[in-house]
Amino acid sequence: MRKLTVLSPTAILGYGFPKQSFLEGLAHNPDVIGVDAGSVDPGPYYLGAGVSFTDRAAVKRDLALILPEALKRKIPLMIGTAGGSGASVHLAWNREIIEEIAAEQNLSFKMAVIPADIDKEYLLANLDKTTPLGPLPALTAKDVQDSTHIVAQMGWEPYSQALEQGADVVLGGRTYDPAVFAALALKLGFPSGPALHMGKILECAAIAAEPGSGRDCMVGILDEEGFTLFPTSPERRCTVKSVAAHSLYEKSNPWLLPGPGGALDLSNTRYQQVDERTVRVTGSAYVKKDYAIKLEGSRLIGFRTLAIAGVRDPIFISQLQQVLDQVRSAVKDNFEESANYSLEFKVYGLNGVMGDLEPNPVPGHEVGIIIDAVAGTQEEANTICSFCRSTLLHYGYEGRIATAGNLALPYSPSDVPAGAVYEYCIHHLLPSEPNFFKPEFMEVGKR
Amino acid sequence: MKNVPITELAHVIRSKNSGPFELTFDIIFKDDQSFDLAIKSGVFTPQLFAGLYKIPVDKVLGVIEYPPARAIKATIARIRPAGSLGETDVYGAQQHAPLLTINVPVE
Repeated sequence: MRKLTVLSPTAILGYGFPKQSFLEGLAHNPDVIGVDAGSVDPGPYYLGAGVSFTDRAAVKRDLALILPEALKRKIPLMIGTAGGSGASVHLAWNREIIEEIAAEQNLSFKMAVIPADIDKEYLLANLDKTTPLGPLPALTAKDVQDSTHIVAQMGWEPYSQALEQGADVVLGGRTYDPAVFAALALKLGFPSGPALHMGKILECAAIAAEPGSGRDCMVGILDEEGFTLFPTSPERRCTVKSVAAHSLYEKSNPWLLPGPGGALDLSNTRYQQVDERTVRVTGSAYVKKDYAIKLEGSRLIGFRTLAIAGVRDPIFISQLQQVLDQVRSAVKDNFEESANYSLEFKVYGLNGVMGDLEPNPVPGHEVGIIIDAVAGTQEEANTICSFCRSTLLHYGYEGRIATAGNLALPYSPSDVPAGAVYEYCIHHLLPSEPNFFKPEFMEVGKR
Repeated sequence: MKNVPITELAHVIRSKNSGPFELTFDIIFKDDQSFDLAIKSGVFTPQLFAGLYKIPVDKVLGVIEYPPARAIKATIARIRPAGSLGETDVYGAQQHAPLLTINVPVE
């Protein structure tokens, strides 16, 4: 029975991996190395601002180890959702790191780059075909126009095409997570269900092992009927529970995992312990549906300035909410004309973690307050935060006996301009086709 | 009939975003017996999660039993998209504490 071995060095490019684990993974002669480089979890800023949430030096460290080994052994290297969010600006950032490594290590290879950006005019013309993906409103022209970058998740097909045309390295924009791990297998005609299910687990590297880790390697070996999985570090193992439980992680429904052209149906999946560290998975099915791509976009909503303060006075704490409401009113009164700002207090020790969902909003003996001002410009946000901080510091609340100041400010300067603030405004599906995204080819280094 | 604290039956109780618009909870039970007790108790309903988080029941998007991992998963609509104004937990990783108060009635 033919087999295909896939190595996943790390859960997110830049999260790292022990070098020894990676070498152990290479000893299994992988046919392809896949790395997922992105996530929406870090929030809307990174897509909106065109910045990676991973650190450049950390991404370079990982690639400087992976790239030469992959090329030396002629193993295709597939990187999905480059630069964390996968817009063209993130792709360019990651591409530059690869070119830098190639120059430093005297490497030369054929690289495919697959942009995932969606043209605004195209999307506006197809607005009525989109549907919300989850509990959010229908897409509007304003959402599209306001978004700084709009990307869509590509499937495995453009990666497969890039391999077909001889790419040694494939660097993709926003990508359905399993695609980089499954593309070679699907190109070679392995069954879709196991190939994509294996990719779904490998995209988190050793997170599905015990103990789990996002910075350690995992190997998957695919065959015609299923796949086996094991971590490369001897201190970890895959168990039936650790692997089965992975399909719960960050997903709404562990039985049915949707992707661009279909859904992974795990209702007949069986997990079997092969040896102490290895699990075999069979029976995963893939149900085709109309091809649709997931769109993502976020927009600038202002600029933030924050100040961090502590309160220890029991009289203040006993009337915390009233004091904060009164200070909020004082800020509003002082800046009536520039009413276009948001001012919030995050009160740690009361409900700073859960906000309105907090079932037990009872303050402790001390509380931490973040004064969080967001306004149209950084200067306006600075003004609101500064005025709020000084008002709160000296506010004469009912029954006050500590008249020198109400806040313990740990820092000087007390106010921190935190820059641009974005919010997600696009998370919708758009009917499309598998070859919507096109690889672009280039030679890196000297041949 | 007695009430068993969920922490005696489950060894993983966690919350996390499932995309920027949903918050998902996983309760993974220690063994088959604990999982069976939990399922048979009938307490894991949309109403339970709506009550714990003081949200309307239609904001509970699903409660799913998942025997391969001895797990119960519930998903709710996020109060706001992850990272929007007013956010307290961008990843949604610390919203599980109310689940720790669940008691499972056992015959």
